[in-house]
Amino acid sequence: MTLNRRAFIGTGVAAAAALSAPHVRAQDGGKPHVIVVGGGAGGATAARYIARDSDGAIDVTLIEPTRAYYTCFFSNLYIGGFRELSSIGHSYGTLAEGGVNVVHDWAVGVDRGAKTVTLAGGAVLPYDKLILSPGIDFVEGAVPGWDVTAQNRMPHAYKAGSQSELLKAQVEAMPEGGTFAMVAPPNPYRCPPGPYERISMIAHVLKEKNPTAKILVADPKPKFSKMSLFQEGWNKHYPGMVDWVGEDFGGGNVEVDPDAMTVSIDGVVTKVDACNVIPAMKAGRIVEIAGVNEGNWAPVVPHTMQSRKDENVYVLGDASSQGDMPKSGFSANSQAKVCAMAVRGALTGTKVFPAKFSNTCWSLIDTDDGVKVGATYEATDEKIAKVDGFISQTGEDSALRKATYEESLGWYAGITSDMFGT
Amino acid sequence: MLNETDTPRALRGLTAALLVLGVLFVSAPRIALAEEVADVIGDVEKGEKVFHQCSSCHQIGYGAQHRVGPHLNGIFGRDAAAFPEDYRYSKGLLREAKAGLVWDLRTLDAYIENPKALVTGTRMNFRGIKDAQKRADLLAYLRENSDSPQNIPEAEPTAIAREVALAPEVLEIVGDPDYGEYLASECTSCHQTDGDAEGIPSITNWPEEDFVVAMHAYKRKIRPHPVMQMMAGRLSDEEIAALAAYFETVE
Repeated sequence: MTLNRRAFIGTGVAAAAALSAPHVRAQDGGKPHVIVVGGGAGGATAARYIARDSDGAIDVTLIEPTRAYYTCFFSNLYIGGFRELSSIGHSYGTLAEGGVNVVHDWAVGVDRGAKTVTLAGGAVLPYDKLILSPGIDFVEGAVPGWDVTAQNRMPHAYKAGSQSELLKAQVEAMPEGGTFAMVAPPNPYRCPPGPYERISMIAHVLKEKNPTAKILVADPKPKFSKMSLFQEGWNKHYPGMVDWVGEDFGGGNVEVDPDAMTVSIDGVVTKVDACNVIPAMKAGRIVEIAGVNEGNWAPVVPHTMQSRKDENVYVLGDASSQGDMPKSGFSANSQAKVCAMAVRGALTGTKVFPAKFSNTCWSLIDTDDGVKVGATYEATDEKIAKVDGFISQTGEDSALRKATYEESLGWYAGITSDMFGT
Repeated sequence: MLNETDTPRALRGLTAALLVLGVLFVSAPRIALAEEVADVIGDVEKGEKVFHQCSSCHQIGYGAQHRVGPHLNGIFGRDAAAFPEDYRYSKGLLREAKAGLVWDLRTLDAYIENPKALVTGTRMNFRGIKDAQKRADLLAYLRENSDSPQNIPEAEPTAIAREVALAPEVLEIVGDPDYGEYLASECTSCHQTDGDAEGIPSITNWPEEDFVVAMHAYKRKIRPHPVMQMMAGRLSDEEIAALAAYFETVE
């Protein structure tokens, strides 16, 4: 993560809070401890809500390695030139001021028997309730020829920050008439419309700077989120530029060579000038370390987001396997509030209301051409189940699309303020 | 459709009857409904008198122009905020227009019944007409000056009136602000609590009753906006009251 792009005013406060954290805990005697691992849409929101709503009755520690958090949502808009990277960077200063002990370190161990979390720095922290919100990691060997050591030549850019910068620079450096390739991920993965919004944003950049360039997409799926909306938009704004090869045409049979910069799709080898590999995903590593995963993800109880394997562990957002909600920042934020209420209720006996979940995902196709999809959900014993939903329609007029885009800007301001308390 | 503005009143009944006949040939089972619509949508003459409440701001008929409010010729079937070039609409109405608000029997009825239920921050300084029959008469009169009277749906006006008006007992529910605070966490994923209204409107400090009628208008899909229709759609009357009680207190 780069730190030099932005003055992180709050970081000093966060660091101070981190240093004084053991001291604070030593003083508070019988206060219950909540540890939150991961400071994204799930973790930051949960930490903030528990600290705020418990009025100091619960000691909340947030463990997050980076001091500057870049949201994955809107990072495509940075690639497309619609946002500065600094505008999607956030610090944890306000959370620290709001009573959360922010510790910038890696959680490397969880002892569920002793109820402790071990940090890379060596500290062992006790918890009464542990909330894991680590986001995603990549499945090793998912794309033949690619592993994380190749991520500088073929970036994934699916964790925002330096990877986003790298991908943007590589797209902008493509030779005239060159080829950009994307290897899209199989389901389930973070941000279902994300790869396709990214294609739109890259097409937008190329249309301006390199209009004869081509975009080649290898996709293991037969269809994708908001497909008709994206395809309509690509035809309208970037005619002839995007070649999407779906499952039916061998889009899943892919191999890459990061040294030779080639992509092989169903045996056909193409030399490319920039390549974005988005491999298959799994829950962030701490979920596996804690042993609350089942396969790639961590199953949870829909009413509370508690792990099915341990009632003192909660798993939020992308890392969880919960049912019908997509893996999105909005979903994680929504789940975090249900979790925060459940944790507060369990530790302090305060009132707990029935769980409600919702999600909306906005995507930008070209300047002022925004679309959205959303749904509401409820907790059943089996899963988080979809209640109702909507999606933008093809052929909508430009005023509505512009309004949808403007709405997404409002949402970004709203959710980041909800996460970080700013 | 004929412009009936200059048609002698006696002929109007005949036109209505012809309409009914037209429907009869297309779809026999609809006759009864169509007849009722033609008969009882409202009394144009009485509606013209009701319009006196509107005429200090709105003009209608031959040569009508924008005054304090925009002219109302052709209002049925017209997009909301249809004349942005030569009339200055409120931000609230422009927002609803972008979301797809179209003036038809249902939305006009809701707007006239309580302007704020449909458009937050509307500049139309009008308390609304609670009497469903008066609204129906007024709408019948406005319809006379519209090009698309076929937009009037085939449903009994009484049924429409019941749908638009919120039952008094719904408005009387006393919301639990604690429950509202929890429910509000769902709103704050998008709506900022500091009152910033860029892109997404602010909902803090909203008078309780206005909040309630607005949420119910979304719930019944009278206000256009897919996200809000969905979110409000699954809120119970008590939950809407709880949210309203909470948000009124947020500075």
